[in-house]
Amino acid sequence: MTRHIAAITITSLLAVPALVEGQVTYERILNAADEPENWLTYSGSYDSQRHTGLNQITADNVTDLELKWVHQADSLQAFETSPLVVDGIMYLTEAPNTVVALDAKLGRVFWVYEYTPSNESRPCCGAVNRGLGILGDTLFMATLDANLIAIDIWSGQPIWMKDVADPELGYAMTLAPLVLKDKVVVGVAGGEYGIRGFIAAFDAETGDESWRFYTIPGPGEPGHETWEGGGDAWEHGGASVWLTGSYDPELNLTYWGIGNPGPDWNPDQRPGDNLYSDCVVALDADTGELKWYFQFTPNDDYDFDAVQIPVLVDYTSPNGQTLKLMLWGNRNGFFYVLDREGGRFVSGSPYVDVNWAEGLDDSGRPVETPQPAGSPTFPGIFGGTNWYSPSYSPSTGLFYLSAWESYGAIMEPAEVEYQPGRIFMGGRTRPTGVAGAPRLPGLGRGHVNNWTAEAGRGAVKAIDPTTGQEMWKFEMTDVTTSGILTTASDLLFTGGREGYFHALDATNGELLWKTTLGGMIANGPIAYGVDGNQFVAVAAGNGLFVFGLRD
Amino acid sequence: MNRVLVTKTLSSLLSLTLTIVVLTQQSLIRAEQEHAGSYAQADIQIGLRLYSGTCTTCHGPNGDLVPGIDLRTGEFERAPSDPQLMELIRNGIPGTAMPPGEYNEAELTGLVAYLRTMGDLDPTDAAVGNVARGQALYNGKGDCASCHRIGQTGSRLGPDLSNVGANRTAALLESALVDPTGSMFPINRPVRVVTQAGTLYEGRRVNEDTYTVQLIDQNERLRSLEKSSLSEFTVMDESPMPAYGTMFNSQELSDVVAYLLSLRGLEN
Repeated sequence: MTRHIAAITITSLLAVPALVEGQVTYERILNAADEPENWLTYSGSYDSQRHTGLNQITADNVTDLELKWVHQADSLQAFETSPLVVDGIMYLTEAPNTVVALDAKLGRVFWVYEYTPSNESRPCCGAVNRGLGILGDTLFMATLDANLIAIDIWSGQPIWMKDVADPELGYAMTLAPLVLKDKVVVGVAGGEYGIRGFIAAFDAETGDESWRFYTIPGPGEPGHETWEGGGDAWEHGGASVWLTGSYDPELNLTYWGIGNPGPDWNPDQRPGDNLYSDCVVALDADTGELKWYFQFTPNDDYDFDAVQIPVLVDYTSPNGQTLKLMLWGNRNGFFYVLDREGGRFVSGSPYVDVNWAEGLDDSGRPVETPQPAGSPTFPGIFGGTNWYSPSYSPSTGLFYLSAWESYGAIMEPAEVEYQPGRIFMGGRTRPTGVAGAPRLPGLGRGHVNNWTAEAGRGAVKAIDPTTGQEMWKFEMTDVTTSGILTTASDLLFTGGREGYFHALDATNGELLWKTTLGGMIANGPIAYGVDGNQFVAVAAGNGLFVFGLRD
Repeated sequence: MNRVLVTKTLSSLLSLTLTIVVLTQQSLIRAEQEHAGSYAQADIQIGLRLYSGTCTTCHGPNGDLVPGIDLRTGEFERAPSDPQLMELIRNGIPGTAMPPGEYNEAELTGLVAYLRTMGDLDPTDAAVGNVARGQALYNGKGDCASCHRIGQTGSRLGPDLSNVGANRTAALLESALVDPTGSMFPINRPVRVVTQAGTLYEGRRVNEDTYTVQLIDQNERLRSLEKSSLSEFTVMDESPMPAYGTMFNSQELSDVVAYLLSLRGLEN
């Protein structure tokens, strides 16, 4: 009987949406866990665990993985996208703003939509794009010149375009939009150009703006007083948003990580805590109203964007109570557990060497220990981790993140004048441990590892959220820019700058399988299924590689 | 006669085409800049090459030859931002000796990257002496060819110096001579490797990752080894190069620097 009902439900799911409501209803995204063969949002689900329910690939057969197909991008930019997969079709972005629809099983292309962003766009850190949102029969892409574009999923034709912000002032968009009910939510990058950041929601059908939340409160708004001194620092204070948020449908709250205050490295030009820079904010999904915030790094000296993925986890306490938590491996080197209903700090502890703070107080505020001029700060400006997607596995109960260990930077703050559309950084930094290194190492690497072993090492770390303790780590020679995917069969897929793609045992970190893809991995792997076969996809260098079990 | 001319023209056309192709690719790669204010090593090298070929005539190898202007500060009143600095280089400064420069975008990017980081690369005023005397010291007293190669002469054990003058400043060359260990790029560290089968390789590391290491061994052969197959893998911090600060006097040091600066690979 149960089986029969299940069969009917599946049939109706397949038949109805295409005719009536479009291919991907909001309900499908809401219940993404029920259809693990599809990958419907940037992180795979609203809780952003980057965890797949698929379990066909296991520790026992992972060595049978073989390359099924490769898609070579035209672009030579870093390939930072997470593809979406819907009912056998993959939608991915190539930098800067090209969308490609492919047969997810064979890798053959259905259509290509190329949007050329304005020459006025000036992204700080590569002309990249991280992916798409989808609702009904429409894809949504946020562009480098701060446009939001709706695209038909069947033809690849644009439906509407919306100017979100002015690229000449340094505004850009690189994130994958988040679809919430009938709205598309995006945020703006530009924290190195003196922008005033915001998150905004647009009507999915018309492109009309529904709400906007400024990540720096204006005069008269609560929090404005944290931009002290009465000057105009708040107007150019950055607080950008360049990574997709999460959503708790029960609380109707959407969570977003906010970037660094500007100028990045000279806090003397912006005294005060600088809300809501380096915060996670919880917004009402219908109105954009701020419900709570938590600030990780007040009056940030170090460019410690809180631009990480908010990972939502429900935890059952020993007395049977369900706790709604948020797990956060922050760029500042601390791992946090927050109560996502009210924003209360639950616990926090460092997961890499940290010397800019000696710890966190009872409210989670760092007890800061600024280093003397010329001495290195740990972690350095690229952080203990960065935007690389972490993962949480409900099966192991562990949180996994990509970390940079023993990586520091020497800060050289300097006064900088705001000029519209110009770089607004406030000084320089240099890495430690590398003779002749330029002031900042580029994150993009060539084929020769010429600086990192001495300047920092990469690792995947498994953290027990209940204790903050590191359960295991998997070390790499070079630092890693890869996200992490876990599976219901306790596998962990990740990569790094060395171009290896690894499968680890998620329970103990043991290496089970690896292959070399010959290019930097700078995105999070995804999993999906077609015709009953599980696939794992990851971009490396300028190619998207798809693996499955040998037939 | 005519034929020779045609061939020459064709070959220079070809080389021009090649240059353009390479530079276009560089320009695309450049866009991989991961953070504002960060300059890729490849761009810095392009800039250094151009600087040492052209700009050095007026600004000098240390960037301080024009009175009142020290390029090593990396900060320019007329050009606070990188795009402004590119404009300045492209247009020159009317009414001054600074001429307009015809550079493509990749070259401008390189020049900006070099100028902004020059202070780090060029912290000291290095004296530049006599090329011929420097060459004699290189081959004689210094015995540099026992480890380094220029063109088809010398050992491959140390880094090749055929175009070192295009890739290093006078100050960097001087500090490499005086303090080889402190100036050594980490990737060039000496390694000692013993395979499980008992074979010993000693040499210079050329690349390394989590699972493998590549080196050039004592017989000047390239080796790539999986770490899992090794019974010993040691990376040494100390450069095998002697510190020449005591062996050469300051005049001799400046002569060797001059010789090394003159080495520009196939550009010559």
